[in-house]
Amino acid sequence: MSTPPHARATGGDALTLDVPGGGGARYWLTGLNPAAKLLAALAIGIGLIPAVDAVTGGVVLLAVLLTVPFSGVDRRTLLVLGGPFLLMGLSSGAVNYLYGEHGLEGAVGAAVRLLAIALPGLLAAVSSDPTEMSDGLVQKLRVPERPAMGVLAALRLIPLLADQWRTITLARRARGLEAGRNPVRIVTLFFGRLFALLVRSIRTGTLLATAMDARAFGTGRRTHARHSRWRTADTLLLAGTVLLLVGAYALSARLGTLVLLFS
Amino acid sequence: MVGPNARGARVELSGWGWKHSGRATHALRGVDLSIEPGERVLLLGASGAGKSTLLHSLAGLTGQDGAISGDQEGSLLVNGRPADRGRGGVGLVSQDPETQLVMARAGDDVAFGLENLGVDPELIWPRVERSMAEVGFPYGLRHSTGALSGGEKQRLVIAGALAMRPRLLLLDEPTANLDPAGAELVRALLTRLLAETEATLVLVEHRVADVVDLVERVVVVEPGGGVIADGTPRRVFAEHGRSLARQGVWIPGNEPVPEVPPAPGGPALVETVGVTARTPFQVGVRAAPRRTVLDGVDLTLAAGTATALTGPNGAGKSTLLTMLAGLSKPHRGRVLPRGPLAGADRRPLVRWPARRLARHVGTVFQHAEDQFVTGTVRDELRFAPLRAGLDEAGTDRWVGELMERLRLSGLADAHPYTLSGGEKRRLSVATALSSGPSHAPDVLALDEPTFGQDTRTWTELVELLGALRAEGRAVAMATHDGLLLRSLTDVRVRVADGRAVPDPATPATGPRDTVPPPAAPPDTAPPAAGPPAGVPASADPRSARRKGDS
Repeated sequence: MSTPPHARATGGDALTLDVPGGGGARYWLTGLNPAAKLLAALAIGIGLIPAVDAVTGGVVLLAVLLTVPFSGVDRRTLLVLGGPFLLMGLSSGAVNYLYGEHGLEGAVGAAVRLLAIALPGLLAAVSSDPTEMSDGLVQKLRVPERPAMGVLAALRLIPLLADQWRTITLARRARGLEAGRNPVRIVTLFFGRLFALLVRSIRTGTLLATAMDARAFGTGRRTHARHSRWRTADTLLLAGTVLLLVGAYALSARLGTLVLLFS
Repeated sequence: MVGPNARGARVELSGWGWKHSGRATHALRGVDLSIEPGERVLLLGASGAGKSTLLHSLAGLTGQDGAISGDQEGSLLVNGRPADRGRGGVGLVSQDPETQLVMARAGDDVAFGLENLGVDPELIWPRVERSMAEVGFPYGLRHSTGALSGGEKQRLVIAGALAMRPRLLLLDEPTANLDPAGAELVRALLTRLLAETEATLVLVEHRVADVVDLVERVVVVEPGGGVIADGTPRRVFAEHGRSLARQGVWIPGNEPVPEVPPAPGGPALVETVGVTARTPFQVGVRAAPRRTVLDGVDLTLAAGTATALTGPNGAGKSTLLTMLAGLSKPHRGRVLPRGPLAGADRRPLVRWPARRLARHVGTVFQHAEDQFVTGTVRDELRFAPLRAGLDEAGTDRWVGELMERLRLSGLADAHPYTLSGGEKRRLSVATALSSGPSHAPDVLALDEPTFGQDTRTWTELVELLGALRAEGRAVAMATHDGLLLRSLTDVRVRVADGRAVPDPATPATGPRDTVPPPAAPPDTAPPAAGPPAGVPASADPRSARRKGDS
């Protein structure tokens, strides 16, 4: 069976987020500047720290959840990320319910607050192209070039790393090394493989760094081939985020449910 | 700024030497060399002769703020000034395209060097598009770099170097990591480019025959020393061809002629039945879905027979090899032991315990380092026999014999990771042999065993594999090496488009299933050049299959 053209085109595309032309409202969040999305997520994260009640966090979480259909995130991604994410919220709630001092109400509050803080950051990461993210960070948020480019280049090596891990695992079996059901051997063999992978990845990283240097990276002021654009929508997103936080606190205070940290 | 038709750079080295930090001896020393603008030079030398180091120094990578640290002596000047990567006058292309692409999209990657040079953003994209057109890149600016083949990636790397408009172009084995189709793609591109550009070229390449038409001058350097030969290709090869070939350099007309005893043939040892394989699960949230790479493959490995898997990269050769070696599980179908091998365990190979598998099936991986599990060469070889229950004395005898046979005796206490490429390859083969009873496993699976080896290691390897075949082992290898195919292959299987079919070019020395392993006297060996091609194989490797196509 020959390779279907679709598979060829998407193979290894984990790092480019191409928005289909005329994607419309479904890709609204994808089209925003990653720097704006990160700032908004940061604002929500910091803004929600003082409020431990379910209503403040709940209002924010609801608003953030409403943007999910417009983030361009496909079903597979939702399934891959949604599971552990929900588990995280539930376990936080369960721990607070069992050991916390505020009973069920406090537990729900803790779970909702955790999800409301984590989800925006996750959405910002998933709905942004890594290249645009790095452009936004460097050009709009003044993050230094070296770490931003370094992270971007390292992302490109992740699929390579996964391949190397698989090969190392097969090679151990070829040498007659198998853990079987012995837990001690499972751990020692795992760290042996990890070390082999570390050696491989250090060499890969060194080669990539040399290639970047050979192309004059870090020799002077860089220019930017791609312009990271800040549109009205980005400003509106930040304004909307602030309004959402203020609104959530106001509503909770009005309902008399607002509980602040350390109060 | 340098114009598009800038002249090439002049390179002058006098008394130049380089010592990597932490090493006792110099990589190169006392190099006197001057290269005129526009000259095309092929740099040759035994492996470990510091050729790459010289290229890196010319690229300015060993300077003050460079990536490579060590001690320099003498002078190295590019256009009368010390080499400096900041001016963008130098373009470097190395072996592995995988570690040279920085960005996720093709256009962004070519633009990367221009951004670093501080080129006006308005001017970047026209230059990017022009460079991509020059290398004949078939996709658009937004094409993902992860979705390219090796040859396409290397073309893009070259485009990235060209966009910086280098006056000195440095190519460090640019086709070494590519399959024949990819290598041909890059070679054709270089031929065309070099006819147009006036840039000075310094090229390092082991397979001299492939590039000798691209250069007008050959410079030979000596490990730890300086230039030992310099002149036109014709003159250098006439005067120094033999001595270079002895040092391991691949010289046209001086290819090694290994002494290989004839293949005895034998019964089938491993058989695949309707094997189907899929690409592994990809990590990442937007990763590609799994797809089928092999579909219904029926194949037999016979004792005393060398089977070669050929075909383009990514077609599933390595996947098929790991399944034949019992390391990975087919998506559908089974890989079964046959004949004497089934006497050890009748279950599919993948269900064998690792220890039993290692005793009967040896695997050599493409990256030798992947299979090292201990801290010294000796421990690496003692590992399997001791686990198999051989006593101390017997183990030491066997390990000593292996080290002797593969020229590793002097390295017994070295750490495997510190060995050179050729030594690592020899050790990885030795480890695969060490586990078997009676001095080698029944089946040997090798992934690109001769890849990147100089002629000495190459010849030793081929002769060793030939001897193992003569002892009745089944040898299976995934390879692109044409000389290996001619020297030591009984059955060629072409893996492409999900199928594995016998190649009609298989020579007539194929396995003779009906003939018991004969004790053929070695002096009746056919000439190593092999029998005439085009004769159909005497036995179809699929003749033993039980089921028809599904």
